[in-house]
Amino acid sequence: MAGMPSSHNRIIVTVIGQDQVGIIAAVSAVLAEAHANIVDISQTTLQEFFAMIMMADLEHATQPFAEIKQRLNAKGEEMGLRIDAQHEAVFNYMHRV
Amino acid sequence: MPMQFSAQEIIETIRMVQMENLDIRTITMGISLRDCAHPDLQVVADKVYEKICRLGSRLVPVGDEIERDYGIPIINKRISVTPIALVAESAAGDDYVAVARAMDRAATEVGVNFIGGFSALVHKGTTTGDRALLSSIPEALATTERVCASVNVGTTRAGINMDAVARLGEIVCETAARTAARDGIGCAKLVVFCNAVDDNPFMAGAFHGIGEPECVINVGVSGPGVVCMAVKKEPDADFGELASIIKRTAFKVTRMGELVGRAASQKLAVPFGIVDLSLAPTPAQGDSVARILEAMGLERVGTHGSTAALALLNDAVKKGGAMASSYVGGLSGAFIPVSEDEGMIEAATMGAIGIDKLEAMTCVCSVGLDMIAVPGDTPATTIAAIIADEAAIGMINAKTTAVRIIPAPGRKVGDVVEFGGLLGKAPVMALHPWSSAAFVRRGGRIPAPLQGLGN
Repeated sequence: MAGMPSSHNRIIVTVIGQDQVGIIAAVSAVLAEAHANIVDISQTTLQEFFAMIMMADLEHATQPFAEIKQRLNAKGEEMGLRIDAQHEAVFNYMHRV
Repeated sequence: MPMQFSAQEIIETIRMVQMENLDIRTITMGISLRDCAHPDLQVVADKVYEKICRLGSRLVPVGDEIERDYGIPIINKRISVTPIALVAESAAGDDYVAVARAMDRAATEVGVNFIGGFSALVHKGTTTGDRALLSSIPEALATTERVCASVNVGTTRAGINMDAVARLGEIVCETAARTAARDGIGCAKLVVFCNAVDDNPFMAGAFHGIGEPECVINVGVSGPGVVCMAVKKEPDADFGELASIIKRTAFKVTRMGELVGRAASQKLAVPFGIVDLSLAPTPAQGDSVARILEAMGLERVGTHGSTAALALLNDAVKKGGAMASSYVGGLSGAFIPVSEDEGMIEAATMGAIGIDKLEAMTCVCSVGLDMIAVPGDTPATTIAAIIADEAAIGMINAKTTAVRIIPAPGRKVGDVVEFGGLLGKAPVMALHPWSSAAFVRRGGRIPAPLQGLGN
């Protein structure tokens, strides 16, 4: 549909908190279980916190977005981090004209 | 495939949402009730209830779904309807409270916290239905939880209906009296407009205008906290730079509204109306318009310079937002409600801002004297005169102005009135003690100004 938010089925996963061993492995495991393909990874800092950003493609995912997001949230709680997922469209809309 | 966004851009978005209160203030579904007219008022009420429930049933779940998918909080889902004076007019009787109750039940049923449109447009005169609606307002607001009422008493084209203004002074006082046990909270759900707009998504003044389609989605964005942080980061920027910073921020904030509006429209199969660019504060810390003005360099909002600061802010927000959305509408300007803005509450409590400065500030922003508590013994004619002043500002400047004022029963200057939730709390503000009664009682209409003769 013209002008619609998302033609691609890609999501941005953000992890914010204290750096620790196994963050990438943990997030990757959740995504792999859902057959979500990781497209890119980068990391930076948000004020004093560690921030990891992952882009994943849900084209061939076997779980719906809502479930993946919920699993990521839960994994975050387990590790004392804030892990969230959003559709790519949010960033496209905000940062690209 | 590489990421299309830099880590900084992604973090900026996350920071805006998680630390600076960026949110979508409201997704408002406008619903036409023009086909609900009937000679029997009970039938009107039944049709109103049925139609709101039918069209509005998926609004809240879809809003929640969008919030989850995009990770942008959507604070309110609301409904606006055709002004009830038009819908109920064909029915016998002069008590429309039954329709308000039907609206209230429907709002509860579909899960929206406010429903707007218990309204009448009387800028040039009142019809039988308008009079019935006006008389029903106090009872309607006292006996419903979610219904919001509004009345348009003037336009640049028509002038100001001073008979209606005088009547509204009485209605405001009566509504306060009927909800005295809750400090006159009924008045927080009653807006008196000049130049009301048809597609306003914000409560309490939302109604679904007569030129609007059967059903429509309008979105109100927000983000005073985001603008405030951006301004704070540049304490030495000159005014040109300051305006640019605000414009860039407003652009980003509005893009979120555009995205959410389009997504809601597609998921609900309802046309997308407009994005309203207003900066709407809440009583929460870090969500204040007053604090933006202070971040610009004013020791307290309300001091000299406040009007100029607000003018710059309001204009820059519009310029930034206008390019971010295909359809901009509604009120689109900064709101300066007193009780709903933590910085305003503090300034009012310490006496830094008063009614006169607020009135001056409404000349350069939307919407008007909003959520102001005044002493409970304020005469109806004084309330009417306040409405007349504000309507005059709107009429002459061809802009929307409004009055939402609460004469809190039994309260005196210096008392603090607590409304709770998004409505916040308001220190009772002093008014001029001299009478306006003889002026208000003249009656008739203030003629349309030359500005109205634009053809």
